[in-house]
Amino acid sequence: MDKATAAAVEPDDFVIPDPIPESRKRLGRMVFAAGTLMLVAIALMRALQELGIVDLGFATWRPVLYAYIFWGVMLGWSQVLRRGEDGKRALFVLPAALFVVAMVVFPLLFALYVSFTDWNLSSLDGPEFNGLDNLRRMADDPFYWNAMLNMVWYTLAIVAEYAIAFGLALVLHSQIRARKFFRVVFLLPLMLSPVALSWMVGKSMMENRFGPLANFARWLGWENPAFFADPWLARLSIMVMDAWTFIPLMMIILLAGLQSLPREVMEAARVDGATPWQTFWKITFPLMLPVSITAVIIRVIFKLKLADIIINVTSGGPGGATDSVTSFIFREYRDRSNVGYGTLLAVVYLVIIVAFLVTLLNLLGRWMRGYDQEVN
Amino acid sequence: MVAIEDTISTAQRQETQTERLQRMLLRLLVYSILLLWAVICLFPIYWTVTTSFKMAPDVMRGHLVPWVDYTPQWLGWRSLGLSPDTIFNVSTVRAEFLKRFMNSVITSISASFLAVVLGSLAAYGLSRFRYRFGPMKNADISFFFLSQLILPPVVLALPFLALYRELALLDTRIGLILLYTLMVLPIVIWIMRDQFKAVPVELEEAALVDGLSIWGAFLRIVLPISLPGMVAAFILSLILCWNEYFFAALLTSTEAKTLPVMVASQTGSQGINWWSMAALSTAAIAPLLIVGVILERYIIAGMATGAVK
Repeated sequence: MDKATAAAVEPDDFVIPDPIPESRKRLGRMVFAAGTLMLVAIALMRALQELGIVDLGFATWRPVLYAYIFWGVMLGWSQVLRRGEDGKRALFVLPAALFVVAMVVFPLLFALYVSFTDWNLSSLDGPEFNGLDNLRRMADDPFYWNAMLNMVWYTLAIVAEYAIAFGLALVLHSQIRARKFFRVVFLLPLMLSPVALSWMVGKSMMENRFGPLANFARWLGWENPAFFADPWLARLSIMVMDAWTFIPLMMIILLAGLQSLPREVMEAARVDGATPWQTFWKITFPLMLPVSITAVIIRVIFKLKLADIIINVTSGGPGGATDSVTSFIFREYRDRSNVGYGTLLAVVYLVIIVAFLVTLLNLLGRWMRGYDQEVN
Repeated sequence: MVAIEDTISTAQRQETQTERLQRMLLRLLVYSILLLWAVICLFPIYWTVTTSFKMAPDVMRGHLVPWVDYTPQWLGWRSLGLSPDTIFNVSTVRAEFLKRFMNSVITSISASFLAVVLGSLAAYGLSRFRYRFGPMKNADISFFFLSQLILPPVVLALPFLALYRELALLDTRIGLILLYTLMVLPIVIWIMRDQFKAVPVELEEAALVDGLSIWGAFLRIVLPISLPGMVAAFILSLILCWNEYFFAALLTSTEAKTLPVMVASQTGSQGINWWSMAALSTAAIAPLLIVGVILERYIIAGMATGAVK
């Protein structure tokens, strides 16, 4: 946290640095010290009460939260006092930084601690350190690895989503009437909450007796349409529902990319007698690669959080065939209150995600550089 | 001469005819794709809205078109207390629904607002000044903020459950607002950073010369210019917060439960009437559908920023 105090702004050209009197600097240091002292004091008092040593009337940790906010204000004030114009600049980033540090870094550290404990919320005991037991249990948990494998399938489905989104973006980009109408309509699925969608599509339209999709499937000649009985079919149904919501996101990004393409290149290609097919593969697609990569990466990030639809439509069934990691941990917590083990699974998932995305970005970066050299 | 000219023009005409045929076919293809996808997008919504006016036999016979296949009834809406004949009566279901609805409205609007304020400030600072937080330079600080986007909610959910219990924030709107702000903050920063980069620095320099402070220049000059970007960021945040289910399901129970959690809990119970579920779903998605249709321009602008350089 004291890194934040070391925040220093290099002077820009157009502001004349104003000299800050030593007394003001001293006041600034005092303000900061007072804030810190108060935060530490309140945290200490609360901790003492938690340990049962003294009772100071703090029923919860809430006062520590207020003390943190107060400390943040004092920190900002002392920055302005001590560093003048530079301090005022630091005030732009400080609130967000303090907020994220409090909301992410601290909970993550806490999660790391919890993941090596045996902690069941429904029992009265607090967390108990149990070393590597959770890790061993995870290694032997077929359902967790099954969920992980499902995530691979779900992520691979993005290829199809990307193809559809690109096609729709191309169609929307071409000369059509009522473009605005179609754009609004195509955007609507993104507005719907996955939970409402779960009922609308998963539970009613795909219902195998009266659902319109089931009727449609029957009309196509499928005797007994059960969308969630067979593992692969269930997985596919989840993929379709998720794709339905998120295709608009990729479509809009790709459409923006298409609109920013240089018009002259297309014209030149047409004058040279290239067919639309050639124009697409030789010009449009290569030029769109950077935008495509952005769209796919964003989509992957959202896909890795996939859970709402699964929780509400199949609860992971049949036999864990549709479980995503998130929905699996959700049930681990919800049904079994297994906070320690669930948190370890989540932390491992985070590590895998970060490793995966870093590798992906590195590979893409290297490949794009090679690609650029080839083109130029 | 005349004969030659004649053949040329017929050749041209023939060419244009095949070309026209090709273009016609292409147009036909384009419009069929458009219509097909429009149906795919709209049918679930149409189905939900019409089902909320159906009765049991209509559902079972798979009726689709109101007034042709079946006569619309207020059954589903009556069970929510929102039909014309029950709207003025006391209804516990409606009270429950309105409470959840208000929870959703308050949490999503406050969280989006907070995220836009915090995010815009940070994005402006990062796009204009050079910072050094220990070893971290501007690029690292930006990355620190944006990297929050990949954090899966499940990693934070369980620690937050324990922390919120200690902080007495469990099942409160404030608790949800703080989490939702965190969730959408990276997106806001991403959008706003691009917005501020597009504002010429000369404007602020002129303002500084005129005697405004840095904050004055930001509030009086930059803010009004980048307001459309802020609206886009706000709307996108609003959509994400309104639809959020995971945290709400884990961290709220009776007081701060939001609309998605209510919808989900109704789905789970067996033997729930389709028409009431349809009415509830319609009511849950309607606000965002309206927002989507009216503010489509901003949503698209928001999603397109940052993706295209």
